Amino acid sequence: MGDLLDRKLLLVTGKGGVGKTTVAASFALLASQRGMRTLACEVDAKGALASVFETGPTSFAEREVQPRLWAMTMDTEASLKEYLALQLHLPAAARIGPLARMFDFVATAAPGVREVLTIGKLAYEVRQGHYDLVVVDGAATGHVVGQLAAPQAINELVQVGIIREQTRWMLDILSDPEKTGMVIVATPDEMPVNETIELAARLRSDTVVDLAAVVVNRVLPELFGRGEEAIFERLARPDALPALRKAAGDDVGPIVDAARLAVTLRRTRADHIERLRAEVDPAVPMLYVPYLFLRSHGLRATHQVSEALAAELGY
Amino acid sequence: MDRPRGQASIEQLLAAKEIVVTCGSGGVGKTTTAAALAAMAAARHGGKVLVLTVDPARRLADALGVQALGNDARRVPASAFTDAGHPARGELWAAQLDTKQSWDDLVREHAPDRRTARRILDNKLYENISGRFVQSHEYIAMERLYDLHNEGTYDLIVVDTPPTRNALDFLEAPERMAEFFSSRFLRVLTAPARSRVVSFASKPFFTVADRVLGSQFLQDIAEFFSLFQTMAPGFVERANAVSRLLRNNRTTYVVVSTLEAAPLHEAGLFVEAITAKGFHLGAVVLNRVLPSYLLDEQAGLVAGALAGDPSAAAAALANGTGDEAQVARVLTEIAESFLRFQVVAQREAEQRSELSVATDVVAPVPYFETDICDLAGLLRLGEQIWT
Repeated sequence: MGDLLDRKLLLVTGKGGVGKTTVAASFALLASQRGMRTLACEVDAKGALASVFETGPTSFAEREVQPRLWAMTMDTEASLKEYLALQLHLPAAARIGPLARMFDFVATAAPGVREVLTIGKLAYEVRQGHYDLVVVDGAATGHVVGQLAAPQAINELVQVGIIREQTRWMLDILSDPEKTGMVIVATPDEMPVNETIELAARLRSDTVVDLAAVVVNRVLPELFGRGEEAIFERLARPDALPALRKAAGDDVGPIVDAARLAVTLRRTRADHIERLRAEVDPAVPMLYVPYLFLRSHGLRATHQVSEALAAELGY
Repeated sequence: MDRPRGQASIEQLLAAKEIVVTCGSGGVGKTTTAAALAAMAAARHGGKVLVLTVDPARRLADALGVQALGNDARRVPASAFTDAGHPARGELWAAQLDTKQSWDDLVREHAPDRRTARRILDNKLYENISGRFVQSHEYIAMERLYDLHNEGTYDLIVVDTPPTRNALDFLEAPERMAEFFSSRFLRVLTAPARSRVVSFASKPFFTVADRVLGSQFLQDIAEFFSLFQTMAPGFVERANAVSRLLRNNRTTYVVVSTLEAAPLHEAGLFVEAITAKGFHLGAVVLNRVLPSYLLDEQAGLVAGALAGDPSAAAAALANGTGDEAQVARVLTEIAESFLRFQVVAQREAEQRSELSVATDVVAPVPYFETDICDLAGLLRLGEQIWT
């Protein structure tokens, strides 16, 4: 499974709230620690990437936030300016501002233009070989198919023009499983698992992008080893509780309740994991990241998730 | 429920309002919360209650025990309430937003004649555009809400909101729709090509746009918007009316979140924006809150001692319950597990207190040990936040 980081472009998606940004950042961190020049890009300008790296705000201009690890935030207007300057040999500064605003208006209405500017910038970084790996904290599951299908849609709608030329090489990069892979992040809960199964099917039917891996985030640990649950049940029986209080302390009640909660939560989640494994193509690796019982979710969490991913990838 | 200030409750809130909008970031349980609120209102207050969902998943229909949902509302059978142990005083209806259907209806209503409507609906850009432009999903959800409210069929409508990239998209969607039609760019773009007043500002745009997009595509876009603009007067009036409904004092907003960092951050933005825009913030519902017994300090001390050295307790308890070493291991495991969960529960408690809330109603909902998959489950959740 070591080939995941050998690709050039990893697009990370997932339902809101599953830890998509942390997982994307962790892949990037892992790659950079293994000596690769890595770019992490967030597509939604929410500043989440800056917080998982515990660094200042990120912008369209990439910035090195860890050794060999650069971070940026997508900005379609800036992407357009860069594109116009590069493709049309327009001067980078003068008169592009109002032009870009008008273009932005058309992009609001015209299908796929904005998406192509996003995908285009990422594919451009890959084509130019500025980085060994580009990791994208991408759109949420609901939006990602539309985003990936944009170059194809433009290709069909637009008969001539530079943008049509552009979509061709983008599609070449996106459709090459050695270069580009999608990673779906899920938690072992009902809705994220449903959406992951649906998205895996839609990726195959509606896009050219290869599903590289599914990351199951926040997997709860198994509390008891073999035969131990029976012992717990015996200790926690109502008629045995007085003895337990006497031996361990009067306030042991919440500890028993918490153990029951941990067992039940683990069990319902195990069912969802099983369903996910059964429904997703067996050839797609599933990487498990444990639930982190941490006080905060900054760089420390990113490091821990990165270590868990490394272990799962066999590094 | 522990409410720090005020004495209002969700029960009173729902009794006083006609529209409830649940909002929050994706994955926090907006749809489920909306359905639970509607089910409780139908059960306890009576009258006709509608839950309108924008979530295309089949899950809500399944949970309510009705056939696949669409734009037309379906009634949840009264027997479902009786079976769930809560005979209902009123009626619960459910509908699901069909974006495409709603857009088509809107075009038919506002186009000047049937021929223009046909031309818009048949335009190859229409399908793409109706699916995307100016947060069309957000707009159409609010538009549909306006329609249903105007029909006057329901005493209460509870609606969830689409997962948006930007938390505020749906609040601003009607205003943006109105702005869109009065935009200078739209006028420039839709001016007939020959009579186009190519101003100093727009000339480079057309030169570049032609080269980048190709003139044919640009013409397609222009033609589509020319057609679309024939609907402008009706559209703008309508968008303004929708906007008024959203800030009407019979409409209230319920912000839904979990206590994880990202959703909570977004919930904070929602609370700020709703208040700043003069909308009515009704309540904050916090889902999947860890049970409060995890914060018990005495239990934390017991767990710390057990995790450190379980041997004495194990020796006392092993008396007749088998292997002492195994008992010790079990005691260590449950003690460590408690301490791990306590860390998370403490973090949640801190984050909860940081949420500067401008409402009297904050309803925490504990972690349910099983998924909510039927009306009984929705009512169980509803009862947690009701009073």
